[in-house]
Amino acid sequence: MSLTPIAEMEAAYEALAQGIDRAGPEGEALFLTRLALLLAHELGSAERFTRAVAAALDG
Amino acid sequence: MRPAGKGPLESLYFTYPTFEARRAPELDGAAPRHPVAIVGAGPIGMTAALVLARYGVRSVLLDAKDTFNDGSRAICIARPSMHILERAGAVAPFVKKALGWRFGRSYYRGTEIFRLEMPHPPGEKYLPMYNLQQQYIEQYLHDAVAACDLIDIRWRSEATGVDNRADGVSLAIASPHGDYALEADYVLAADGARSAVRSKLGLRLKGENYEGKYVIADIRMDHDFPTERRAFFESASNPGGTVLIHKQPDDIWRVDYQLGEGESEADAIREDNIRARVGAILADIGHTKPWELEWWSIYSANTLLLDEYRHGRVIFIGDSAHIVPIFGVRGLNNGLADADNIGWKLALVLKGEADAALLDSYSPERRGATLDVFANATKSTRFMTPPTRGWRLAREAALSLSLTHEFPRGLANPRQMQPYTYSHSPLTPFAGQDAAFVGGPACGAAAPNAALDDGGHLLDHAGDGMTVLAFVDGPPTPELRAALAGLGDIDRRLRVLAIAAPGADTGGDAPFARVLADREGAIARTFAASAGTVYLLRPDLHIAGRWRTPAPDEILQTARLCLGSAPP
Repeated sequence: MSLTPIAEMEAAYEALAQGIDRAGPEGEALFLTRLALLLAHELGSAERFTRAVAAALDG
Repeated sequence: MRPAGKGPLESLYFTYPTFEARRAPELDGAAPRHPVAIVGAGPIGMTAALVLARYGVRSVLLDAKDTFNDGSRAICIARPSMHILERAGAVAPFVKKALGWRFGRSYYRGTEIFRLEMPHPPGEKYLPMYNLQQQYIEQYLHDAVAACDLIDIRWRSEATGVDNRADGVSLAIASPHGDYALEADYVLAADGARSAVRSKLGLRLKGENYEGKYVIADIRMDHDFPTERRAFFESASNPGGTVLIHKQPDDIWRVDYQLGEGESEADAIREDNIRARVGAILADIGHTKPWELEWWSIYSANTLLLDEYRHGRVIFIGDSAHIVPIFGVRGLNNGLADADNIGWKLALVLKGEADAALLDSYSPERRGATLDVFANATKSTRFMTPPTRGWRLAREAALSLSLTHEFPRGLANPRQMQPYTYSHSPLTPFAGQDAAFVGGPACGAAAPNAALDDGGHLLDHAGDGMTVLAFVDGPPTPELRAALAGLGDIDRRLRVLAIAAPGADTGGDAPFARVLADREGAIARTFAASAGTVYLLRPDLHIAGRWRTPAPDEILQTARLCLGSAPP
């Protein structure tokens, strides 16, 4: 896997944090789930998505 | 259940008959040995009796009740089931009365997000699905049963004991005229989800129960909407639960709605609550005219089945063998396929045309079909009644994204029933031949149909033994002749259909029952066939094998397996 340039990652990180805040405590779970489905669609690979789910749970 | 003031069988549109118990000859000293006793005269038991009768096999059909099952229950009849009913000689009134359909719509918070379209190839004779109340299904089957001399139907006759021996089965029967023993070579247990035969043999269904509960209500109303399946997620009238609406004949509509978490079942089935909830749903779909409440029931999804469908001479068919969730409309359809599958096999065994070993293929084939139903139904059940917070959140995310995105919309697909492919069956030994084909129906699949020039259809010409579809462009080759001669020796019911271009010279002395003209090669395309291709169909019109060029040894071995004359 190629390393994401840190500036790219930083932008994503900021968008995620701001998105969670905009969704608010009531809406954050649905927001994150919708986000995950959109990204799964972009990714186009159930296998890679499943690996990411496992990685996110590991910790 | 029915509204207050109504009798238990007092319907707005259907008059339930009351059947008398005829005095059984066993009570007057006769001791006939019945080839087949069928316990349960519901749709599956009656269909099994009709399939057996098609082969000239007598049966006695027993039911503890004195009338049909109460309520509309299973209302969706799938295309393969129409073929089974046709071959059982009962399809005409179904075609006349049932409402055929192929489309559906799913809505999320009032907006349409998914358009269901079930495939309908131009060569098919029947639509993918038909809606008809179960009382009518039972009535039409009963009309065919009553007209058949080979079926001895005995109402108010309850099987209270089962002695399953190596050489036959004795049933203890309780009837209003007295108790008696009934002797049979084989027993088909078609006595439903609470099968008495199953419990007498000490057998249990195993599997999963799902949490979500649905109320099923039938109403009568004058409501203008085509026959389609409508599913409503997060509707204003039933937030947190799903609503399904189906049209049935006689202006009857089926409204299914999911109960909320923690909602009491006892409260939910109270008539005032049913009226309030259904009224709100109807207001939601814009129905403002009056409506009448007909019947209601409550339901929760299960995936349960027996480890083995056959126990010696007792064979389980329909709900006695498996309980499936309603969302894929597979309860009735799966049961009809059970009846058809065991029907032809048992008939050939009893007629001495097949070895009893053929019956061994029933359980793997039909249990495999149920497990396949479970795999699909589990997916649709999780979508219809999400069992946990995770499933609920994922569904909410998918549905809400569906409003503006195409990609999640397919998740709302109800996965309506597809016929099962017996690809791993012991009766499908040369499935590897599929690799020689580009498309067409695989080994084990239900045969597709094709329209003929005369307005009929290809499968109208299939026989009740093995059927050969031989694609030819001239007189039969020596290999084809050899295969057909061998088949004729082992199957006296063999039917050989040649398929050729119109006007082709197929030889005056060719052993073909019919030569069917394939205008513009449409049939060949449906079967991915060219001159030389041979398809071998089983009596239930599933594909036993297919060959690009005839391989007589393989064709004969396949036919021997299907006729139980060779060990699997």
